[in-house]
Amino acid sequence: MKATLDYILHLADNALILGQRNAEWCGHGPVLEQDIAISNISLDLIGQARSFYQYAAELKGNGTTEDDLAYLRDERQFRNILLVEQPKGDWAFTTLRQFLFSSYQQLLFQKLTTHDDERLAAISEKTLKEVNYHVRWSSEWVIRLGDGTEESRSRILSALASIWTYTGEMFMPESFETASGIVVTDLETAWKEKIKTSFAEANIDAPENTFMRSGGKKGIHSEHLGFILAEMQYLQRSYPGCEW
Amino acid sequence: MEKITDTIESIYEILGRVTDPEVPVLTILDLGIVRNVAFKGDELIVTITSTYTGCPAMDMIAANIRMELAAAGYKNVRIEQSIRPAWTTDWMSEAGKEKLKEYGIAPPDKRFTIPEDGVGCPRCGSNNTRLVSEFGSTACKALYQCRDCQEPFDFFKCH
Repeated sequence: MKATLDYILHLADNALILGQRNAEWCGHGPVLEQDIAISNISLDLIGQARSFYQYAAELKGNGTTEDDLAYLRDERQFRNILLVEQPKGDWAFTTLRQFLFSSYQQLLFQKLTTHDDERLAAISEKTLKEVNYHVRWSSEWVIRLGDGTEESRSRILSALASIWTYTGEMFMPESFETASGIVVTDLETAWKEKIKTSFAEANIDAPENTFMRSGGKKGIHSEHLGFILAEMQYLQRSYPGCEW
Repeated sequence: MEKITDTIESIYEILGRVTDPEVPVLTILDLGIVRNVAFKGDELIVTITSTYTGCPAMDMIAANIRMELAAAGYKNVRIEQSIRPAWTTDWMSEAGKEKLKEYGIAPPDKRFTIPEDGVGCPRCGSNNTRLVSEFGSTACKALYQCRDCQEPFDFFKCH
């Protein structure tokens, strides 16, 4: 089964927007080594996004390029989940989000590696190797902060309280996922198990019975996406075709 | 005049002059990113793969391949990217690993598929080293420090 264009764009948009968010730490990380780490992860995510956009551009045809898809689509056309567009917050929020998202990506790409769409499978296999690093790095931070000082613990708990409402959307199936043969609901149990292990080490509990926000996959975003697109797309909108 | 009669071996010889802009002691053959070389009609097709998806050196490497081939008389060149199988440090040549070490970068070491303390220091050889960060100056490297000679160094991660 060939994956649909919308599904590939969804995967690309998730990676691009989180890559852009993480890039905001470049030059602002808490210490040099961690500034480098988050910037590296950012670069990996933008690399992932490029692989998916290049494929999407070929599926779309008519001379579409990866840049057209990243820089010339409007907010309502973006298919990323709400989780990735939320402002970077403090270090606890950034690392916790990375952990929750990378753990999801890890399970998803493991599955996609055997997808009938060879290109999708190949990109997933390649990016999975990088995602494994992201999971390891971010889980260590969740544990360090949760099981750290009073201050670090209060930061991670407050990050968890504000982020949790955005996690449910990962497992709410959208038509382009179903049409591509992806059953995201199947990933939820494994994801919860995965994060529970690190949460136990961090001595924190996943909230229960939280209202889950959604809409990103349908193009209905929080107010934050518009601002990030304005910043990211400004150059191409103002100087079409600009290169350096 | 286009040269179309040369052997594949001679093309590899030319490609062996192209180095990685981030790690200039390594050629692209040492890195194992050249996956195939073929002539199709009068066109020369070079297939390369990226190390990490976001590696910013890839575009420059492609440009340098073109320049090196053009200097040798090959103007009609197509560079293709392959994704699968995904690049692995298993494809790095033994000569490449030696060159890395001499350059001050600890080469990939199978005992450390997950980076942790103990990777051999490329300067003094000690294994009394500590992992500073799994992410270093480029995507492919982790940052270490030697506890004996105190030097910080990069470890080319097993990937």
